[in-house]
Amino acid sequence: MIDFGFQSNRQSRSIPQKLGDMSWLLLILITATCGVGFVMLYSVAGGSLEPWAGRQIVRFGVGLVLFFIVALVDVRVWLSIAYPFYIFAFVLLVAVEMAGTIGMGAQRWIDLGLFQLQPAELMKIGLVLALSRFCHGLTPQDISRPLVLIVPILMIMIPTFFVARQPDLGTAMLMFVGGAGTLFVAGVSWSYFLAGGVAGLLAIIPAWSLLRDYQRDRVLTFLDPGRDPLGAGYHILQSKIALGSGGMFGKGFMQGTQSQLDFLPEKQTDFIFTVLGEEWGLVGGLALLFLYFVTLMMMYVMALQIRHQFGRLVVLGIAVMYFLYLFINIAMVMGLVPVVGVPLAFVSYGGTAMMSLLISFGLVMSCYVHRDIEIPRRPGAFA
Amino acid sequence: MDSRDIERTKAITRRAVTLGGMKAALFIVLAGRMYYLQVIDGAQYQMLAEQNRINIRLLAPPRGLIRDRFGVDMATNKQNLRVVLIPEQADDVNATLDGLSKLVPLGDTTRARLLREIRRTRGYIPVSVAENLSWGQFSSVNLNMPDLSGVQPEIGETRHYPYADMTAHTIGYVAPVPEGQTEGDPLLQLPGFRIGKSGLEKTFDLKLRGKAGNSRVEVDAFGRSIRELARQDGELGAELVLTLDMELQKYAFERLGNESASAVVMDVQTGDVLAMVSTPAFDPNTFNVGLTNAQWNSYLRHDHKPLTNKAIAGLYAPGSTYKLSVALAGLESGAIDTNFRAFCSGKKQMGNVTFHCWQKNGHGSVDLHDAIKGSCDVYFYEAALRIGMDRMAEMARRLGMGEPLNIGLADEKAGIIPTRAWKKAAHNAPLTQGDLLNAGIGQGFVLTTPLQLATMTARVANGVKAVRPRLVRSIGGQPVHYDDVPDLGIARSSIAEVQAGAFGVSNEPGGTALRVKLDILGVKMCGKTGTAQVKRLKEGDKRTQEELPWHLRNNALFICWAPHDAPRYAVAVVLEHGMKGSQYAGPIGGDILRQAMLRDPARMAAYSPAPDTKSKGPSRA
Repeated sequence: MIDFGFQSNRQSRSIPQKLGDMSWLLLILITATCGVGFVMLYSVAGGSLEPWAGRQIVRFGVGLVLFFIVALVDVRVWLSIAYPFYIFAFVLLVAVEMAGTIGMGAQRWIDLGLFQLQPAELMKIGLVLALSRFCHGLTPQDISRPLVLIVPILMIMIPTFFVARQPDLGTAMLMFVGGAGTLFVAGVSWSYFLAGGVAGLLAIIPAWSLLRDYQRDRVLTFLDPGRDPLGAGYHILQSKIALGSGGMFGKGFMQGTQSQLDFLPEKQTDFIFTVLGEEWGLVGGLALLFLYFVTLMMMYVMALQIRHQFGRLVVLGIAVMYFLYLFINIAMVMGLVPVVGVPLAFVSYGGTAMMSLLISFGLVMSCYVHRDIEIPRRPGAFA
Repeated sequence: MDSRDIERTKAITRRAVTLGGMKAALFIVLAGRMYYLQVIDGAQYQMLAEQNRINIRLLAPPRGLIRDRFGVDMATNKQNLRVVLIPEQADDVNATLDGLSKLVPLGDTTRARLLREIRRTRGYIPVSVAENLSWGQFSSVNLNMPDLSGVQPEIGETRHYPYADMTAHTIGYVAPVPEGQTEGDPLLQLPGFRIGKSGLEKTFDLKLRGKAGNSRVEVDAFGRSIRELARQDGELGAELVLTLDMELQKYAFERLGNESASAVVMDVQTGDVLAMVSTPAFDPNTFNVGLTNAQWNSYLRHDHKPLTNKAIAGLYAPGSTYKLSVALAGLESGAIDTNFRAFCSGKKQMGNVTFHCWQKNGHGSVDLHDAIKGSCDVYFYEAALRIGMDRMAEMARRLGMGEPLNIGLADEKAGIIPTRAWKKAAHNAPLTQGDLLNAGIGQGFVLTTPLQLATMTARVANGVKAVRPRLVRSIGGQPVHYDDVPDLGIARSSIAEVQAGAFGVSNEPGGTALRVKLDILGVKMCGKTGTAQVKRLKEGDKRTQEELPWHLRNNALFICWAPHDAPRYAVAVVLEHGMKGSQYAGPIGGDILRQAMLRDPARMAAYSPAPDTKSKGPSRA
């Protein structure tokens, strides 16, 4: 229905051409989100670039380079290395289990000296890539066949299981729901999701017995934060006090008593949204939410402009994970879900999350830049 | 693009829109929750944030000083370097105590007590761990603060009594607030806070304590002060200036020595108590930190009863000192006059009971003057029979006996002055002739305190006014005014007759206290000895006083005043089981009286505190 004649030309575009085809609006939205983070990190340090804001800016710069590299690489390369990447990430994940550094009671990273590599972060990307690769040539009817569907389900379940064992429930949940989201947009029949939901509810009881003590504590504390106001409930209580006391317009930049006087736990990482809410009020909080919302909508619009199934699935899969990231964090600090260690995307202080997010968005951009490339249903032919 | 692709595109668009819709819905949930927290519940959380941020600290005012009439410190405040523990802020109370025990003395018993206290109290209430540390110990705790979570070094104040046991009973002591009595004044919840537990410290506790100020401090999550937001100064404890003369108090205390005894010195004209001592005493400074059980028990078991203020709570038969009151009762009622004579053969027979005179051979024929001077018991048996119980009692009450004098000390006793009605009420029996005779010589049911004896002495010496004893000259710079002192209402002639008898006691041949002299040129004293049986010996028990066990010996009493012609000071001394008033109590009373004369405050400037000691100004946080 469209004239595809010019496609072949597009396949060998120069770098400036590719840059011109990028969605700069998306990059601006991401940068703005990071900017909110820089400002908040500056504030929680009591008006100083040290120790957080400055390093976060440097990391953003490094991540931006990665973003461009990933974005400019032909999407077919990503398609072709989807499975190897998935396997590589999985091997790393297992390696962490075997020999990872022990920190915070959970084995989560490999220390590479310069930065700590969290295989779980790579795994998330690998999972979206691999699932998209798998679903690329299949129709919704194809995937909905049980014997076919079993493959992506295992692709999701196996790494999720390992991450959960680390134990990193937050990332495991992100991975699981992100994977499920990718399958959902790929067109897997509704009935599977309904069945999965019912099975999930039924699994709560056996799952409870598998949780560690501190994880159960978090769930119980979530259900009743007043249970132990100076112990497990302290974080969430102080967080709600900080947010609530911010009111409509907030206490003003660097004026948050809860954050400046250290009543907020981990204010520079998981609870950074609370600082925003305290100092900038409802207005500030809604502004950040709006920024996230527009970013996500942007990704949807981009996805639907991509002509190959792989790209669409990668973009939508990453959009699902991105949303989960911020939703879980914000819902957590507001006491809507139990405390899980999920940072606020692009805002929380932390190198690993920044890198993995920028790489993910690089992939999104790569898919978008190469949106008109025709990829055969059986891409193995040229891979 | 084939039909499959088109179909897939449609499907993925549908699914994407569905997913997008779900996300939008969840965004609305987040926004709604945010609105709920920040706008609907905002005010409540703002209050909680303020509570978090602002810590109200009490500023304890220093306890008011207690001084004698010349301004000598009797109770002061000493700097107290101490360490308190806030259990809630300690990661591990035991580890913290382990760490502390390397720096400050912390015995196992103290530790056990602390752990008990920590279990009992709420976690945010500081518990006092160690007090009165040296600078060295204190600074080592400060240095090691980072390793001692929950520990807070504090510079506080502790009560100090420079004269220790000499003032123990009158001033009293302070001690920690008992468990469960910490309601009311917020000061009571301060760690290591002391309240007056006895003596004047107890009576005037609220005034001495002052009122707490407070400071609103911004704190961070670890309780560290960031800055002071507001400060409200409290009220200093009021200074208490007493009527006591510390030098005289000291002299009297030392003069009583190891005896179980008490002495009171009163100003005959004003009622000011210049000295009030009770021996043996205790060191009130040790009560500050808390006694061990062993110390406490040894005080309780001591047969000299060091914890009792005998001057106001010791009840003694006044013995012959009471004869002054009986004589006045007789003269005023007309039951006897100066011409009335009695013949003393050494005893008086009443029915089948024999009442003895202390002088076995008898005084012969005596009139009132001789009877007082020589303390003739038979004369007063006869007088008592004529006067009657109720008229004797009426005079005794007029002279200050039989009811508390309200000097302002909690354990003051009323004593007993028997009447017909009293006997009926207390013993459900009619008055007997024997009761009457015994009362005539100040024995039997009659019981008085040394303070009452001193008051009686002062009133007899004064002759006109019913002076009341008082201990406090001023509170917080405000002078305590003398009450309107009522007249005694006793005829001048009666007073003169009795005073003349008492003059004879130490100045005329036949006086029972001839040996007691002031040795001050031109100053003569009046007195009255008293020896009161503690236990009536069985007929035929010929043991002398010295042969009896201590607790069965007679009490020895002596009252006196001087100068005889212009009375100024009255003294009462009671020597428990001192055997004989004239021999043992008399010289002590005389010495104290002499000392009072030599230290006549009329010759010295009395101390007047600045009228406004309630001036603002906190001392410690």
